[in-house]
Amino acid sequence: MFFTYLRRELRRRRKAALVVASGLALGIALVIVVSSVSSGMKQAQGKVLESLYGLGTDMTVTKAATPPEEGDGDERPRFRFDAQDGDSDEEQSTDRVMVQGFQTLASSTVTEVGKQDGVSEAVGGLSLNVVKVDGQFTRGEFQQDQNSGGSEQQGGPGGGTGQPQGRVQGGGADFEVNSYTVYGTDVTNLDLGPLTSSKITKGRTFKSTETDAKVAVADSSYAKEKELALGDTVTISGTKFEIVGIATPDSGDAAANLYIPLKQAQTLADSKDKVTTVYVKATDSQQIDAVKSAIQKNISGTTVTTSADLADTVSGSLSTASNLASNVGKWLSIAVLVAAFLVAGLLTMSAVSRRVREFGTLKALGWKSGRVTRQVVGEAVVNGLLGGVLGIALGLAGAYAVTAVSPTLQAQLGSTGGGGAMGGGPSGMGGGMGGPGRQTASKALEVALTAPISLSTVGLAVGLAVAGGLIAGAFGGWRASRLRPADALRRVE
Amino acid sequence: MYELRGVTKQYRRGKETVHALAGVDLTIPDGDRLVIQGPTGGGKSTLLQMLGGLDRPTSGSVELDGTDLAKLSEAKLTKVRSESIGFVFQSFNLIPTLNAQENVETALVPLGVKAAERRERAAEALKSVGLGERLTHLPSEMSGGQQQRVAIARALVKQPKVLLADEPTGNLDESMRDEIMDVLETMWKEHGLTFIMVTHDSAIAKKAPRVATIRKGTITVTERA
Ligand SMILES: Nc1ncnc2c1ncn2[C@@H]1O[C@H](COP(=O)(O)OP(=O)(O)O)[C@@H](O)[C@H]1O
Ligand SMILES: [Mg+2]
Repeated sequence: MFFTYLRRELRRRRKAALVVASGLALGIALVIVVSSVSSGMKQAQGKVLESLYGLGTDMTVTKAATPPEEGDGDERPRFRFDAQDGDSDEEQSTDRVMVQGFQTLASSTVTEVGKQDGVSEAVGGLSLNVVKVDGQFTRGEFQQDQNSGGSEQQGGPGGGTGQPQGRVQGGGADFEVNSYTVYGTDVTNLDLGPLTSSKITKGRTFKSTETDAKVAVADSSYAKEKELALGDTVTISGTKFEIVGIATPDSGDAAANLYIPLKQAQTLADSKDKVTTVYVKATDSQQIDAVKSAIQKNISGTTVTTSADLADTVSGSLSTASNLASNVGKWLSIAVLVAAFLVAGLLTMSAVSRRVREFGTLKALGWKSGRVTRQVVGEAVVNGLLGGVLGIALGLAGAYAVTAVSPTLQAQLGSTGGGGAMGGGPSGMGGGMGGPGRQTASKALEVALTAPISLSTVGLAVGLAVAGGLIAGAFGGWRASRLRPADALRRVE
Repeated sequence: MYELRGVTKQYRRGKETVHALAGVDLTIPDGDRLVIQGPTGGGKSTLLQMLGGLDRPTSGSVELDGTDLAKLSEAKLTKVRSESIGFVFQSFNLIPTLNAQENVETALVPLGVKAAERRERAAEALKSVGLGERLTHLPSEMSGGQQQRVAIARALVKQPKVLLADEPTGNLDESMRDEIMDVLETMWKEHGLTFIMVTHDSAIAKKAPRVATIRKGTITVTERA
């Protein structure tokens, strides 16, 4: 009887059922769109992060930032040129190979990190910044001031010592500054690290035997700019490397301009057994936070950065949209859902009120209160499920629409970390150069927003539909349970 | 057999208290046919509710075969209604979305009768009130007289001891009244029921051997020789 009655009610009161269902459908559709857009945002952020980290990296380990100490000045790049006599126009060239961020970890840290619980793989890498300066320098000529020692002399403190005064004239420099990045990759383990986010589009990647080989993989846009082709050689700080492959990043920018074997990079930077970053893959992606704290606790002097940490530094329209989706979108869909639940509940209740005599009659016939209530709740749950089906259809349509349009979003990765911006200072080279370390710390990318629908989103929608039905049923059922058999005689129609 | 002793029923309406029944004593033997009449608002329906276990009196006792309905729990009262009492209402009270057969079946649901048997007994009951051809008709597809006959079939399908009817012809036009009265009369005779009927129709009351009149909550029973 339950199902016959239920079926008959729903068929005959289609309109009322549809009203309740539509309200729920709207709320559920909104939840689907919002949560799929949110996961699209996460994917977009993931892409941004992936271009930094490479695929499969759950976190990175770097040296904990230490306040710069006195006398650390020699860590700064310094260029020494011999100023030539005025008539010489000999070209001079100097390469300065610097470790990005000036902070390194011992290679042994990589092994140590690898031994931590929950770490599946750990691979070290060395990021370098190479600044190449080419040019001519002419020595200035000193000209003695004719009036020195004269009566108009103002005489500063300690002035008037009779030393010759004058100024340097005619000194000049004509030079070009070239800065590029080199990433030393562990050729014995290419599973992790920045190179994983690029595809080898020409040539090949490194072989695991090439630890000592003078080979390099060039980023495609850098190769284009410098007109580098397979088989060409590049000279980094006097060492020639043969280009064996061209790598094109999957999205966004490449992590480095040139990739060379780690050992070579260490030699170039005079950083034997040093790495800048350890790329870590966790055995369980749910345990990332636990692994992070384990590493930080067990290996002192390290900073562990997870994707989530890095995601916090993403700014730009991506992050605005992402905040919008997670805040406004979330609250809006909660508000609509609550409203839909309430409306469904009240409509169900008023439907019960219109059927007071019907339910009273059933009670008069000896139907237990529970049986009548069950009937009301059953109807409401079916209405809820109907709303769920409608809502899922509507939500899927909405999410597909977003994916079809796929609006472009900008992302900037915030400049936390890195540090060590150079240039500017009085002792530096007049012209400001992009500081090393900023290379990874600040990055702007464009990503297309999609709204992927996961099974769990659909599951959530179904859950909400059932919940909506049950809430409506609870309202209606409560009303029905309070009816008395004597209501069969009531004259309300 | 019914034994009512000092039954009162008060309703609160705002600050007022309505004395719908003001001390009713009444004995109704098994197989009796009692007609209740009286002015509107006199307490006829209220009395019928007490007899049918739809409501409890404010005071007094309503014994049905020795069991005081006034003292039964809601669950027990529900069981008594489902097993022993058949109702026929003035406005038929059929479930609008269920067809004739399903409407009759609703009376067998609380008795736990299996679906196949339920259908069969419902069809049988409808045949006995002359609606064997209309099993799948919805209430909206039937005349008032036919609807009331479905309601009578629903009341009797479970073979109750008591049939209670509250103005069963009140919503019917002249031509159908006699038809329904005939059906009820026949059923009472065939099933050996205790049949208690509230009516406005003085013609019906005149023909009845035993008539109870309720005025302002007090009852007077007139026996005709
Ligand atoms: N549920 C109720 N609440 C308040 N007053 C009621 C209720 N049911 C009946 N009454 C009142 O009790 C009195 C008797 O009603 P009722 O038994 O329906 O009379 P009748 O059926 O004879 O017309 C009337 O005054 C009526 O208004
Ligand atoms: Mg009445």
